[in-house]
Amino acid sequence: MSTVSETHDVSPAASGDAHAGAHDHPSDLKYVKIAIILAVLTAAEVSTYTFDITGGLLVAILIPMMIVKFAIVAGYFMHLKFDSKMFTTMFVAGLTFAVSVYCVLLTIFEFW
Amino acid sequence: MADVAVATHAPAEHAGDDGHGHGASTGISNTKLAMWLFLGSECLLFGGLISTYLLYKNRIAEGSIGPKDVFDIPFTSASSFVLLMSSLTMVLALSAIQRGDERANRVWLLTTAVLGSIFIGGQIYEFTGFYREGLGYTTNIFGSAFYTLTGFHGVHVSIGIIMLMSLFVRSYRGHLHQAQAETVEIIGLYWHFVDVVWIVIFTIVYLIP
Repeated sequence: MSTVSETHDVSPAASGDAHAGAHDHPSDLKYVKIAIILAVLTAAEVSTYTFDITGGLLVAILIPMMIVKFAIVAGYFMHLKFDSKMFTTMFVAGLTFAVSVYCVLLTIFEFW
Repeated sequence: MADVAVATHAPAEHAGDDGHGHGASTGISNTKLAMWLFLGSECLLFGGLISTYLLYKNRIAEGSIGPKDVFDIPFTSASSFVLLMSSLTMVLALSAIQRGDERANRVWLLTTAVLGSIFIGGQIYEFTGFYREGLGYTTNIFGSAFYTLTGFHGVHVSIGIIMLMSLFVRSYRGHLHQAQAETVEIIGLYWHFVDVVWIVIFTIVYLIP
């Protein structure tokens, strides 16, 4: 004699870590706050054009801001901060490979 | 006596395009994993286009039209802001479908598509202006590299708009419910990706001379 029990909802912990943080996604208000931070960063980027900053200082200001904006969108809006680390690995692997390959390419062509 | 527990996964876990499962033994969604893998490979495509632009932007003849002659930073900043805000509306659309609010989901999906269309409209206006100023696709190597890079991005945004409108129509016809939230999430990932690519293009191509 066997007993078959059917469970319709598997808890995040039981179903792997893919959606382990699914219920921990930020609230709509937090998304709006994140968007405001992104807008402020964009305004700061554009202000470098207004203030006529040039050369190495411009690159030193803009590249970190670009990386922060990229990380905020990927981490919060794309949920990498909350989802399975495997998704982060897949994306970061492609990104790292691309950056490495093209940095070598730019070096070969004496871009720097 | 044996106790056998048969578990069916939560809808969000298995909601593929047809609402059926695509889960794997790893416990993560295959569809979502495939999208992340695709986005990782897209980094190589855009990396190549950006590198090509960087290599060729200054290799133009003396007196030939270049970036400084055509770029309108205030205008491009405004369209960049529009695309950035479309990421917010996209994530709000996902949040709405995840809590079962289908009407809000439709509103945010449509808003995202409209914002994307404004961005594309701005890009067409920008390209038209550049052409009138004398920068065609074959004018010089800067023009070729610039139009190829931004054009490829524009095509990606356009594909995203088509996918968003498909979701909107499905939802309007009553075929997009909370159980298919993962479909919205996957298209959202694509949309956010075109946004992060533009974050890089805007900084490297437009803001850094």
